Amino acid sequence: MQRRQLLLCGAAGAGVLGLTLFVGWWRVDGPGAPEPKGQRPLPLSAMEFRLTDHEGIEVGPGNLIGRPTMVFFGFTYCPDVCPTTLSHISGWLEELGDEASEMNVVFITVDPERDTVEAMAEYVGYFHPIIRGWTGQEDQIARVVEGFRASYERVPTEGGDYTMNHTASVFLFDAKGEFVTMIDYHEPREFAVPKIRRALTEDVEGAK
Amino acid sequence: MVKKLRYTNALAVLLTVVGLSAPALAGSEDVVVENAWSRASIGVNRPGAAYMTVRNTGEDALTLTGLATPLAMMPEIHESKTNSDGVSSMSPAGEITIEPGQSVALEPGGLHAMLMKLQEPMTEGGTFLLTLTFSDGGKVTVEVPILGIAARGPEG
Repeated sequence: MQRRQLLLCGAAGAGVLGLTLFVGWWRVDGPGAPEPKGQRPLPLSAMEFRLTDHEGIEVGPGNLIGRPTMVFFGFTYCPDVCPTTLSHISGWLEELGDEASEMNVVFITVDPERDTVEAMAEYVGYFHPIIRGWTGQEDQIARVVEGFRASYERVPTEGGDYTMNHTASVFLFDAKGEFVTMIDYHEPREFAVPKIRRALTEDVEGAK
Repeated sequence: MVKKLRYTNALAVLLTVVGLSAPALAGSEDVVVENAWSRASIGVNRPGAAYMTVRNTGEDALTLTGLATPLAMMPEIHESKTNSDGVSSMSPAGEITIEPGQSVALEPGGLHAMLMKLQEPMTEGGTFLLTLTFSDGGKVTVEVPILGIAARGPEG
């Protein structure tokens, strides 16, 4: 009798332990795990948005499929990070030479209120000629940023103006529109160009 | 010989006293500003940015407290930061202390002289004067060349 109670007790204990482990796994690694913070962007084919490029042409994610793509978010009233990134991108494109002409390179504003089509046209004109500038309605910009799992936020500054906090990484997609990798803001140039080449070669592999 | 030495000592004391009586300028002669540059602006509505290295060659810490320039009504030192999620933000950097023998780099993606409320466009090929003010009251004025919008550093 005593032995049977002991066994029962042990079985119950093992059951509780097992259940605890299962719940722990479910919550941490299993289907119940919270979405990781740094999520991968959606494939371009799964995104839906309508924007206008700096020449006034209506564009969407479909315009980016078929060629490898590099995308960067910013705004033209940004004095430091955005011109720096755009001049880095211009430098990478120069280094890639002819290979660069096989890519889509798009600068998408997170500040459509100030960045009109005309403002984007003037701004991108100072950088590498293949860089396109996209702007549009606020809700469409929000959809793009959501698709990229990026973020932006309007922050008031003293003097009644505002600035924008935004994801400053450069996103790379292959020709099929699948996300390949990101170039972080402070990443040295020697890592950036090989990453872009990776997006370009995944295109070649995909075509085979 | 002894007399001459006394005179020299007296002169040294006198110089020290004069030096102490003018603390407003003490320290700023130990400031060396190198590699100053800025990017051209589109019009006057967008803020400009200028970069440089500020070196403290003296024996006391120096604190950079502010900026002044005829080019912009609101020049301030700002700092861009990028967090672990890759999100960049920018905010006033406040006062910046430079230890003796050390330097502070104002460079793209970090500290920079943010030139708000431009009085005139920043035109490529031009220059402007920027005055750095230190906590001891000392001021150092530098001429900052304006490079192209796509410039990556002091060399262009």
